Amino acid sequence: MKQSLSHLDRLESEAIYILRETAGQFDRPALMFSGGKDSITLVHLALKAFRPGPIPFPLLHIDTGHNFRETLDFRDQLAAQTGARLITRHVEDSIRQGKAIDPKGKNASRNALQSITLLDAIEEFRFDACIGGARRDEEKARAKERVFSVRNEFGEWDPKRQRPELWNIFNGKVHPGENVRVFPISNWTEMDVWQYIRRENMALPSLYFSHRRDVVHRNGAWMAADPCLNMDEQDTVHSKIIRFRTIGDITCTAAVESDARTVEDILTELRNTKFSERGARLDDRLSEAAMEERKKAGYF
Amino acid sequence: MNLLRFITAGSVDDGKSTLIGRLLYDADAIYEDQLQAMRRATRFSQTDAPDLAVLTDGLKAEREQGITIDVAYKYFSTERRKFIIADAPGHVQYTRNMVTGASNCDLAIILVDARHGVAEQTRRHAFLAHLLGIRHIVAAINKMDMVAYDEEVFYRIAAAFKQFAGRLDFDTLHFLPMSALHGENVVLGSANMPWYKGPALLPYLEEVEVENFRADSAARMPVQWVIRPQNDDLHDYRGYAGRISGGVFHLGDEVQVFPGGHKSRIERIETTAGEAAEAADQESVVLHLTDDIDVSRGDLIAVAAASPCMSKQFRARLCWMDDEKSLMPGGKYLLQHHGRQLRCIVQTVVDKIDIATLETVTPGAVQLNDIATVDIRLAAPLAFDLYNNNRSNGAFILIDESTCQTVAGGMIVEAL
Repeated sequence: MKQSLSHLDRLESEAIYILRETAGQFDRPALMFSGGKDSITLVHLALKAFRPGPIPFPLLHIDTGHNFRETLDFRDQLAAQTGARLITRHVEDSIRQGKAIDPKGKNASRNALQSITLLDAIEEFRFDACIGGARRDEEKARAKERVFSVRNEFGEWDPKRQRPELWNIFNGKVHPGENVRVFPISNWTEMDVWQYIRRENMALPSLYFSHRRDVVHRNGAWMAADPCLNMDEQDTVHSKIIRFRTIGDITCTAAVESDARTVEDILTELRNTKFSERGARLDDRLSEAAMEERKKAGYF
Repeated sequence: MNLLRFITAGSVDDGKSTLIGRLLYDADAIYEDQLQAMRRATRFSQTDAPDLAVLTDGLKAEREQGITIDVAYKYFSTERRKFIIADAPGHVQYTRNMVTGASNCDLAIILVDARHGVAEQTRRHAFLAHLLGIRHIVAAINKMDMVAYDEEVFYRIAAAFKQFAGRLDFDTLHFLPMSALHGENVVLGSANMPWYKGPALLPYLEEVEVENFRADSAARMPVQWVIRPQNDDLHDYRGYAGRISGGVFHLGDEVQVFPGGHKSRIERIETTAGEAAEAADQESVVLHLTDDIDVSRGDLIAVAAASPCMSKQFRARLCWMDDEKSLMPGGKYLLQHHGRQLRCIVQTVVDKIDIATLETVTPGAVQLNDIATVDIRLAAPLAFDLYNNNRSNGAFILIDESTCQTVAGGMIVEAL
């Protein structure tokens, strides 16, 4: 007699179900690939969902121009290995076209501008579903988002008009111009993702593991010393043993001091940490409702 | 480690959010920076009990109004089990969220304010849990600190609860006296209630057995995607991808594919871990059949020994969820069963259920949060099971084609 599935099996099975449902219900889905562990996990799940066939949708990367070299290299390598079609669109181009204004000042970040470039890409390729690696445990506004989350033609999320989502029935029906954000790993926690990475023996960018790097101290956090941080004489560069717990744009991803060199070390570190994953994200510290506001405006 | 999905339900101010905050806090599932943010948000002093509701009320409007307006999902784990909580609001107008949250849960915690006892909302939530097929209930009599931890109050409320819940036929019904605010009988026990000999909530949840694994029901798999690479290496490869919704498929099993009705046998089973001799409920798999028959997305592969119902008509319980339009008797809707969408007509409203009394009443307009029994006629035959026999194969939603909104959740009670 078969035993009940383990929690990782159940989460994997659910994510694959959602990916297949997305491919089945939509004409032009895309997988939003950031180069972080969550979207790498999505690619891994997508390979499993459709093998031995190809992943039936492209990977879409919105590049702020402030990405880590390691992220970009990993992205290209993964696309080549999996045979997935990779589409890259640049925030730089949105700025050049006058659609976005490059923020000024010392703590300037292009993080929020990604929404503009993303919406343009959705229009350009007429994507009707964008698959993302957001998880409900990350942030309390995300805790309320549906797996199939409808966005209006301006990319906006209206939390009060969300469709009820019952059982495992996902209503992907939308009006022309609207699109759906799909979050297959909604029910995973950070710990689940790392346990899954260990189980599946997945490769990750080296940034996640302990290494020595030049960093500067900004707003109570260590940031990679990089020209895009607009460093000045007040910034002192330190050399530290760090790793990144989340990977996004250089300007909003803080490093944590850590000796964790392996996935196993990271799992041990996570069990003992006092700080949440997004505690290292400056973009969420802006205000109590920072994520909600960005989501309403079309953010991932 | 296995997974327990449960829902918390209760009336306004019963302290649901406080309970969840307390569970997370005492189970060490809250990080220091989240606590700091919480302290900033509420400006509470270090000596006061933290306002744990701030942790779950994720939207700005909720924090401003101090209410919970949507289902929030929270995650934590202990050494023994992994938990997913659906936090469903108690306001009358948001019952659709309770139904939404309950549809994926195996257990419901129903909070009762010890000062007020069983309220209309308590009955409503117990009934909805029953309606959605939840077999396990924890009735948490909360705010015991406000009634001087009085044993009499607890037993009086438990008796009243049993009186109406008896009709709902739950597999387990556990009563628990609690003060979520002070953390009594949440994760740890309570020195103030030595008369309660049972476990606190968390130890109970770690141990309670729920049969969320439906291996004993008949094997079903809705086809989501046909994998046909059609390249040189794999030009004969033809696999049917889907997630098993009940039962166990074995190699060699005779199966029937609906709605076409063709029979074949299972030739190969690919699971996420590789080739297997069998695969069970909830596993995402790829099935191969011995015969080259026409199978496409939306079809249902079922074990031939126990066929599903196959009909263009059925009777169902509906929970109406649209706040703008009420149900149009005779109206056309899009019905979605698993991933398959087809047109239907809601022919007749048979009756409505008064949630307060659990009595059926003569039907009037079916509006937001109403529970009604309806007869539905489909544009094409559908293979389904009764909801009581198979939750996922007996469930559907109705979509209003003009708004694309999900307007109802439905549970099939009878093939017609």
